[in-house]
Amino acid sequence: MQFTIEVGRYNPEGRYAETAVPGEAFPAPWNASPARRYQTYTVELPQHAVVLDALIAIREYQDPSLAVRCACRSAICGSCAMWINGHANLACKSKLESFTKDGKTRVESPPSMPIIRDLVCDMKPFWDKHLAVKPWLENKEPVPPPDEEYRVPNAAMEELIQEVSCISCSACLMDCESFAVNPDFLGPQALAQAYRYVGDPRDDKTKERLGELSKAGGIWDCTHCFECVQQCPKGVAPLEQILKLRKLAVDAGFTNNPGTRHADAFADSVKHSGRLNELTLMPKSTGLFNIVGQLKTLPSAINMARAGKLPPLIHKSIPGVERIKKIFQRVGGRFK
Amino acid sequence: MIVDHDVIVLGAGLAGMRAGLEAARAGANVAIITKVHPIRSHSSAAQGGINAAIAEDDTWESHAFDTVKGSDYLADQDAVEIMAREAPADIIEFEHMGVIFYRNEDGKLGRRAFGGASLARTYFVGDITGQALLVTLYDQILKAGVKVYEEWFATAVHMEDGACRGLVALEMITGELHLLRAKAVIFASGGLGRLYEPSTNALICTGDGYSLAYRAGAPLMDMAMVQYHPTTLAGSGFLMTEAARGEGAYLLNSEGERFMKKYAPNKMELAARDVTSRAEATEIAEGRGIDGNVLLDLRHLGPDVILKKLPQIHEMALDYLGIDMIKEPVPVRPGMHYQMGGIKTDVDGATRVPGIYAAGEVACVSVHGGNRLGANSLLDTIVFGRRSGRKAAEYARTVTASGGGEDLLRREKERLDELMSRPYTGETCAGLRLELATMMDEKVGLYRSDAGLKEALQALHGFRGRYANVWVGDKGRVFNQALTFVLELGFLLDCGETIIRDAMHRKESRGAHTHVDYPERNDREWLKHTVLTHRGEGQEPEMSYAPVTITQWQPEVRTY
Repeated sequence: MQFTIEVGRYNPEGRYAETAVPGEAFPAPWNASPARRYQTYTVELPQHAVVLDALIAIREYQDPSLAVRCACRSAICGSCAMWINGHANLACKSKLESFTKDGKTRVESPPSMPIIRDLVCDMKPFWDKHLAVKPWLENKEPVPPPDEEYRVPNAAMEELIQEVSCISCSACLMDCESFAVNPDFLGPQALAQAYRYVGDPRDDKTKERLGELSKAGGIWDCTHCFECVQQCPKGVAPLEQILKLRKLAVDAGFTNNPGTRHADAFADSVKHSGRLNELTLMPKSTGLFNIVGQLKTLPSAINMARAGKLPPLIHKSIPGVERIKKIFQRVGGRFK
Repeated sequence: MIVDHDVIVLGAGLAGMRAGLEAARAGANVAIITKVHPIRSHSSAAQGGINAAIAEDDTWESHAFDTVKGSDYLADQDAVEIMAREAPADIIEFEHMGVIFYRNEDGKLGRRAFGGASLARTYFVGDITGQALLVTLYDQILKAGVKVYEEWFATAVHMEDGACRGLVALEMITGELHLLRAKAVIFASGGLGRLYEPSTNALICTGDGYSLAYRAGAPLMDMAMVQYHPTTLAGSGFLMTEAARGEGAYLLNSEGERFMKKYAPNKMELAARDVTSRAEATEIAEGRGIDGNVLLDLRHLGPDVILKKLPQIHEMALDYLGIDMIKEPVPVRPGMHYQMGGIKTDVDGATRVPGIYAAGEVACVSVHGGNRLGANSLLDTIVFGRRSGRKAAEYARTVTASGGGEDLLRREKERLDELMSRPYTGETCAGLRLELATMMDEKVGLYRSDAGLKEALQALHGFRGRYANVWVGDKGRVFNQALTFVLELGFLLDCGETIIRDAMHRKESRGAHTHVDYPERNDREWLKHTVLTHRGEGQEPEMSYAPVTITQWQPEVRTY
């Protein structure tokens, strides 16, 4: 079957041109090319072939100058995450047939990461974040003697397989909406790994970890866009792990932060009026006595007003709000 | 750039990182160099588990005996004893580092059955054991702050007065060549699966370490012993873990028969890998295969076991063949998987060359002999990774740093420049690699013959000649993979030649080396290691022998 692949090319050295050697097996694809462009290739592959098969075929038999990271070819090593039709995916797990749109598949280095060459991006932001959550066990005392394991229920280990299944491909970070606007956000993979240690009964630093994670750039900076859940090729579902961390952090008393205040304000408003009071949400999230913080939100408020997006000044309760309150009582917890 | 360290480790899989961590703990200034990020290393593809005699009903002697029998008595029993005795502590150490091993009802480490073992002694994390160990070890490397040169590709070994003093490496991202000087270098660069097509191995398993160490003077031992795994996925050749059979899966032929009863009536599907692979090949050759495959049937295990204990292979069969193993059997066939032979080392990773150490698949201690048991490879990496790291650090303390190496760096620059400036003659790296690897599978695969091996050697000489004209199809400096692929092909040619020569030499059938002209094991003449030493470009390597160390298990007829 014939597939058409449009590859985002980039060469920091400027050109591919001088390298072209004309020959039948290798038609010169480089002709006086600018540093960044799309290049179209056609490959003949079986119907069930994946995007990586196409890239390897191109690299091996059409254009050896195409740079792409890959190793295992079977979604284990995590090398080949890239943008495929505008979303992060593993090239080795993406069937060409299902990714062919308007007769072609477009692959490129994700714009959210610095580019090195062609489909090879700089993974430094990803690994920096991974390191930032101190992803190692801080052993709980007493550490068993060298011939004895920690005694823990299998369920506690099995619960962490989801996070340990992470292959560090970075697909989640590449498409993370929050990372896109805030480079300091720890991001889905690092936070999922943070949960992997917080959730480990053998770890001694649960509270310290939760405290760190509750700071700016941490668990509360996720905007629940679900991109990470969607893009993760291994079912790690980072957002789910972030939500678990939030609950654990609040339970551990880490509530003096905009994230918790935001959640509180949200719940409080719904409990008292049956719906969200957007007018008070922002000030309450910022902290009512945080004058500097309040002033900083002013420009946004003015912009919203200009755009006609300001919520009504008088907030009304919905009918039957009493029943809402009963729901809160039934659910229990912090908002009872 | 020229940098100095005490110990350099080539490779960041389990053996490499374990060696690096241990050398750092011993106080050495360590750096790990790796051509891919550590997490991309092929150790992550080890699925089923890791062996140790931990349980009360088990003994290290039993583990050692199974390993020796599995090796077809070619393993050195002193080395096997060390591995079996130290296994429990090494695995417990990884548990303490945070590996989420499967537990039994008491909350202690739980186990599963594996091939060639007298009882269940394989400890595991689902079917991602290698990955679980690798990420945990990587995080320990981060914690310890060990320096890692990521995406640096080793091109040459720096030798001085007969001792190894470092490496020259290409930094992929800049295209610059650097000299990394050290008092000791530990080769932990993994296997050579790309020499065979198909293979379960990743595209990065290109035999770099075998070739570099061999050319630096370190002999290679038992290179003929190339393992074919009994269950690799039809088509792609991806690994379907032995743990599937450990959990109870059947192997069926086209008649729906559990054919292993004819070949291994006691162990059935859990015979040693060489035995099972040959059994499959026989069934297929005698017309009871299905399009060149047999069937791996997991249906009776039920969705719970499959999804909880074997989720990765379930997903792989679904992704790459469209087969749901809960409902249908999976077509599998024997496929090249592992190199038992390698750089000849003692039990501390030391080689004949001062300063060269080796551990993991690239090394040959030998604990696997003629055939490795499943779940012994992860064990090999962490036991001998640790031991070689410790020893290399000790050795480094006895050596004074020396300058030098600038010459080699300059020569390497010239060599790569020459490679890059070759004109296009129609000889491509990928085409040549595929021809080489297909030839190896055909003629130096599961079955070998005198005639086939002779043809193989001739073919290899032809490939060497053509290799001199192979084209580097990219002239840039940044991330020039076309260049590294050509260098890798050079490594593969050395590996191929040593495998063929070793196979030609061993006139018997033992373990993975099945010689149709000499179908029996011949202990009288061949209960010995074969050792190849490089004698210079274009010259035949020197063949010598080393005795097999026997401590308590005399060779017996091997049945399962």
